[in-house]
Amino acid sequence: MAEVSGVKRITDIGPHDYNDFLHPVIKKNYGKWKYHEILSPSHMVHVSEDGDKIYTVRVGSPRLVSSSFIKDLCDLADKYSGGYLRFTTRNNVEFLLDKEENIKPLLDDVGKLNLPAGGIGNVVANIVHTQGWVHCHTAASDASGVVKSLMDELYEYYVNAQLPTKVRIAFACCLNMCGAVHCSDIAVLGIHRRPPRLIPDRIVNLCEIPSTIASCPTNVIRPDTYNGKPSVKLIEEGCVFCGNCFTVCPGMPIADPLNDGVSIWVGGKVSNARSKPAFSKLAVPFLENDPPRWPKVVEAVKTILDAYKKGAHNGERVGEWIERIGWPKFFKVTGFEFTKYHIDDFRLGEATLNYSAQIRQ
Amino acid sequence: MSKKHKTPLLDELKKGKWPSFVNEIERAAEKSEMTDDLLGQVEQSYEEKVVHWKHGGMVGVKGYGSGIVGRFSDLPEKYPGIKEFHTVRINQPSGFFYTSDVLRSIVDIGEKHASSLFNFHGSTGDVQLLGAKTAELETIFQEYTKLGFDLGGSGSALRTPSCCVGKARCEFANYDAMHACNSITQAFQDEMHRPIFNYKFKFKFSACGNDCTASIARADLSVIGTWKDSIRIDQEAVKDYAKKFDLHKYVTDKCPTKCMSYNAEEGLKIDDSNCSKCMHCINTMPKALRPGTKGGATILIGSKAPMVSGPRLSMVLVPFYDIEEDAKNDYEWFKDLISKIWEFWDEYGVNRERIGELIQRVGIGNFIESIGLEPLPEMVASPRGNPFVLYEEYVEAGGEQG
Repeated sequence: MAEVSGVKRITDIGPHDYNDFLHPVIKKNYGKWKYHEILSPSHMVHVSEDGDKIYTVRVGSPRLVSSSFIKDLCDLADKYSGGYLRFTTRNNVEFLLDKEENIKPLLDDVGKLNLPAGGIGNVVANIVHTQGWVHCHTAASDASGVVKSLMDELYEYYVNAQLPTKVRIAFACCLNMCGAVHCSDIAVLGIHRRPPRLIPDRIVNLCEIPSTIASCPTNVIRPDTYNGKPSVKLIEEGCVFCGNCFTVCPGMPIADPLNDGVSIWVGGKVSNARSKPAFSKLAVPFLENDPPRWPKVVEAVKTILDAYKKGAHNGERVGEWIERIGWPKFFKVTGFEFTKYHIDDFRLGEATLNYSAQIRQ
Repeated sequence: MSKKHKTPLLDELKKGKWPSFVNEIERAAEKSEMTDDLLGQVEQSYEEKVVHWKHGGMVGVKGYGSGIVGRFSDLPEKYPGIKEFHTVRINQPSGFFYTSDVLRSIVDIGEKHASSLFNFHGSTGDVQLLGAKTAELETIFQEYTKLGFDLGGSGSALRTPSCCVGKARCEFANYDAMHACNSITQAFQDEMHRPIFNYKFKFKFSACGNDCTASIARADLSVIGTWKDSIRIDQEAVKDYAKKFDLHKYVTDKCPTKCMSYNAEEGLKIDDSNCSKCMHCINTMPKALRPGTKGGATILIGSKAPMVSGPRLSMVLVPFYDIEEDAKNDYEWFKDLISKIWEFWDEYGVNRERIGELIQRVGIGNFIESIGLEPLPEMVASPRGNPFVLYEEYVEAGGEQG
């Protein structure tokens, strides 16, 4: 490992103090904001008790960005927002302006860089996503490519507010779910469908056997021996293809080009507004990986969005709309097939059955 | 354009209106030659529909067990530039606030010593530099600490805490989420950099029930803003909203506890004792309504993604925590609660068991008893509906206790 000689090694300093990066108007009005107003899908204003104003201009990013991309943003910030900017949890960039007259020229310059301004209000928010084939070893699908294909198609929904309320879409490339895709209006989830291959030499030499056995949610990885050494065997019928054993043990690779793909989930939310936070529920059990543009995935998400836009009341999230019309109607209006895979048979699954005679006949 | 590789499939993803990650990888490759091989490998993944990164591999910097995630190509001879292409997690400032100066310095280090490719930000919150060679890690680390930035968490450690924008730019904030996040991160540097836990542990701080950090879905400990007193009402502004839309249809009828009513003469009336702080009315009429002034937080525990025993949401642990008061005391009460939770997890948890799974396994009653909290009706949606109760005592004939 390279050592830099003569330099005192600094450790455990923790995150940089955010106070060093706050716009003076934000510093002055910290905790004293009175209200905000959404002026367009690309910008909003926050007004303080003293009447001070800070304008936020929101711009979409592809999350995976070059140093040059960041320097483009820095140049815009220097020109229009005194050098102050921030990011959102959904990978948007926000320029913080104290001069209203700077909004228009900033938006013009954002347009010249071919970046989308939007994402505020009743829009499809920027899709949060994982690393995929670009930078992860457990991915069942790419992430950036599917998201790029989706956002190209949904672009108008990001830059123009034209939905009943906000729609949050998330993508995770395997069941590890780096990000909260399990509570999204629409979630696209990379899945495997074939049990892991067991490579005994690697299992014996590289894997800790007890943690490999413990990694299985359905307890179908069992102790075994190989050449007299502790190993594992797999009861394939009970495998739910989660890939957790591979995360623990490199001797059980699960990726398989013919059987990997994505599933689509709907109706989750994290906000407490009106209804309680909720998991997303299975809509489409499997769509094959179809790079570079995953047309069937794009079509399925569009189908959900179109049905939602047509059927939901103003202010209803996707899950609230489905609760109101009922799941049978959701499958009817989307045309998705309801299969035995949609009926939950895992832990807590019993709670999802219909214990009533309340049916929209 | 890649200099070395033909990438017809990826080139398709340079088309369309949304900014393209392929363009970004290419721009990074203009600054860092090594990144050109990433285009080749990802193109091959697109052809073969399979990933080409090897499993794991331990790398790091001296004295730290986390913050760097090892990443090795499984085709190192074909793509030597990304033979080692590790992730460096850099702890973000609270609220993701930056100046252009510091951002330029952050990405300059990536240009000089690594791939020039970043995530702003990773799902947990860190700035991620994707693609550093093992030999450069120590230099990169020292460059970042000189700039005043430290590494984030990875592996079985405290993961980088994150928060919403809070009081910096949101009138909904019920407590100072950025201050709390920064202070707690500073307090537990050792737990973040040196993994000693059973598995990962995440904190997320959201200053109201809108939960912009999605803490209730993915934080082992979710700290969500709430308030004790009455919603502040500007009746004149309410009237203005009533001119714009049907207040009954879009506000009062949607209140989950039906604690509010409106008519033109009396204005908006709220029975705050029955308000569940869901935020709907405030979200809909931000110019007219604000949370009360006695802000605090609800502490919830146990949410996680599916591995191993299925996804979980966080459940209520402390209905109201006076976090602003505790902040004056450097969050002593909260840190004590955290220590008790971690002690319990250390004592009874098994390898790769998240706290939510442990609580489910041992029973919530046993858990709260062990960390010194009382059972409260706020913790449940309803009391139990089955009679299989583990009564802990019975009486013998003659009055003795069994």
